[in-house]
Amino acid sequence: MQHEIVIAGFGGQGVLSMGKILAYSGLMENKEVTWFPSYGPEQRGGTANVTVILSEDRISSPVLNEYDIAIILNQPSLEKFENAVKQGGILIYDGYGITKKPTRKDIRIFEIDAMNTATKEGNVKAFNMIVLGGMLKIVPMVKLESVMAGLKKSLPERHHKLLPMNEKAILRGMELIKEQTVE
Amino acid sequence: MKDIINPENKVYEKPRLMNDSPMHYCPGCSHGVVHKLVAEVIDEMGLGEKTIGVAPVGCAVFAYNYLDIDWVEAAHGRAPAVATAVKRLNPDKMVFTYQGDGDLAAIGTAETIHACNRGENIVIIFINNAIYGMTGGQMAPTTLLDMKTATCPYGRNTSLNGYPLKISDLLAQLEGTYLISRETVHTAPAIKRAKKMLRKAFENAMAGKGSSVVEFVSTCASGWKMTPDQANKWMVENMLPMYPLGVLKDKSSDSQHTTAK
Amino acid sequence: MAEEIKLMKGNEAIAHAAIRYGVDGYFGYPITPQSEIMETLMEEKPWETTGMTVLQAESEVAAINMVYGGAACGKRVMTSSSSPGISLKQEGISYMAGAELPGLIVNVMRGGPGLGTIQPSQADYFQTVKGGGHGDYRLITLAPASVQEMADHVALGFELSFKYNNPAMILSDGVIGQMMEKVILPEQRPRKTEAEIRSEQPWATLGKPASRKPNIITSLELDSSIMEQNNIRFQAKYKTIEENEVLYEELLCDDADYLIVAFGSAARISQKAVDMARKEGIKVGLFRPITLWPFPVKEISACKNKVKGILVVELNAGQMIEDVKLAVECKIPVNHYGRLGGIVPTPQEVLREMKKMKETI
Repeated sequence: MQHEIVIAGFGGQGVLSMGKILAYSGLMENKEVTWFPSYGPEQRGGTANVTVILSEDRISSPVLNEYDIAIILNQPSLEKFENAVKQGGILIYDGYGITKKPTRKDIRIFEIDAMNTATKEGNVKAFNMIVLGGMLKIVPMVKLESVMAGLKKSLPERHHKLLPMNEKAILRGMELIKEQTVE
Repeated sequence: MKDIINPENKVYEKPRLMNDSPMHYCPGCSHGVVHKLVAEVIDEMGLGEKTIGVAPVGCAVFAYNYLDIDWVEAAHGRAPAVATAVKRLNPDKMVFTYQGDGDLAAIGTAETIHACNRGENIVIIFINNAIYGMTGGQMAPTTLLDMKTATCPYGRNTSLNGYPLKISDLLAQLEGTYLISRETVHTAPAIKRAKKMLRKAFENAMAGKGSSVVEFVSTCASGWKMTPDQANKWMVENMLPMYPLGVLKDKSSDSQHTTAK
Repeated sequence: MAEEIKLMKGNEAIAHAAIRYGVDGYFGYPITPQSEIMETLMEEKPWETTGMTVLQAESEVAAINMVYGGAACGKRVMTSSSSPGISLKQEGISYMAGAELPGLIVNVMRGGPGLGTIQPSQADYFQTVKGGGHGDYRLITLAPASVQEMADHVALGFELSFKYNNPAMILSDGVIGQMMEKVILPEQRPRKTEAEIRSEQPWATLGKPASRKPNIITSLELDSSIMEQNNIRFQAKYKTIEENEVLYEELLCDDADYLIVAFGSAARISQKAVDMARKEGIKVGLFRPITLWPFPVKEISACKNKVKGILVVELNAGQMIEDVKLAVECKIPVNHYGRLGGIVPTPQEVLREMKKMKETI
């Protein structure tokens, strides 16, 4: 089984680190993983995206133009990646900052109210973990304990006190995600 | 006669580190004397087995043929970068560069300034004869105003060529430099003084005090198209007013009184 | 002891592998997309553990000349940069080849010419394997296609470089440098002692003992008859390298009707295209040169009787294709597909080109 995922949004939304934590979670389960970011000035304020692949077998191309799952956190990213989701694939978006909702009928579309919830609950830094939790609810490609182990591994020791807060955010995301109903 | 030639009567000998290769330098050139001083200082300090010289591109490119120590021949201007690595990777060794004005103050200005600014524990020996000797007498960054060279045949002109670069004065402003001195080797007293400065510079490098630069205002009789004697006179009359002799900077407490204003 | 599997970027893997290999010195200058190499080294502070020197130079020119100086002392020294910076290093690389000095240079390529872009490219192939600097010299060139190979090629590069007293380059690109993958780092090796270097690299300038003549590291020889002899010696050495050090990987080549030849990131992308083609019943194989110089001439030449055509996939306008064409002596069709200026082709594009080729043969 191979999962080909793109995560895209504004720089500073935690796009790259969400991908990194997902990649680390795969590593914890002995999967093959690649993580390939858009890099350079894009990271600073512009749009950022990262391709993460989790697989049981050797991964060929780390660069893709179609994905099983697209996680979309702003409008420009939606415009760029909606059509890059494979037929039957999954698109997850946060409605905050999305002005024109996705319209494809041949994929499953989910919405997660992560930014508003994170802000309301005073947990803006864990915004990306809410989104990650949402995705894992729909496609449980890695176990929650692997994500926690991956987080522990990718975070420097001084940040380990933040682990419970991140776990809570992931669980919150699992509650929040809901399928977009066809209008 | 044979009775006279014995060790007790010897008053002068060729420095032990200098070999018998015939030098390619022109008659009257300052390089030969400076080479001799470097050889003497290294030998007197007992550093012959610990010294690595970095040769430049320019007339002194063949310095490695004359002094029996290990040498690295650098690309044009890059000697301070080469010496940086040699010294950093071998902190117990004595490392010096030997460079001309074109090498040090034109193509290698960045390497010179940054090695000195990092305070690399090396000695930079700088031969300033205001001309590119090896390539046939072209304008150097140190060429005097109105001085004629192959590439400023009507004299150096500020609107076209800018001004003579006093790089040692510039280097003296850097925190990383410990000793900067300007010397000549055209008279016996001058040679004696220059040797003392060279020795100090080498001692500084071994003591890890930072960068030391000894500039030698030198003659290039061939490039200047003069006899050696005329060249010496011309140097005193024209070069020294622009490049006055003396210590430009010495961070050691005992010699603050000699620091030039 | 089983080594721990880590997740890191290709650039980070280079830095960690260098420390583990017992490298004596790294000299660099920041440039995207490879700055993580020096950043990782500075973060790791190897001068406190292995005694490795790490220095940020004032320019790429200074950095390569520091490598030249360190190499002259028989030390394991390296630098890294990206395309525009590698252009600046060509002087030093030529001098290293001329003075027969070992050393490792890493190029994490980006799109050019000029300042170009910071996105991945393979447009420095010609520069690397055909010269780059002045004079008749060759640069041992390794093309990693994974983060693991980024790490492994540090050791391989140094070994080949010291075996032949010739500079070696890891020719990578922004994809391999920036992506994270699993990597197993080699065991920590001690740095060579001065006594070991004096015995293994008797030419090293470490100070002249009374027992030997001065060591002089130079590429200068004004007597052209001697300089010709030097060149003849270099060429003989290059021939030995060509005969003995070729590395490559073949995937699904045995029954292939068509072949893709690609290196580095282009090979990874092409591998997916091969899988996709196979699913559609087209028998395509992938030939991946690992050493770009020496180039696997014999091995690619042998393919000319087995396959109907070759597609060379590169992140450039067609550079390695010239070597592939020479290898097969133009006996079979050789096409090229590449994207330029930092655009990375997709597996679908490669598949499309493959099909196009199949239709015309």
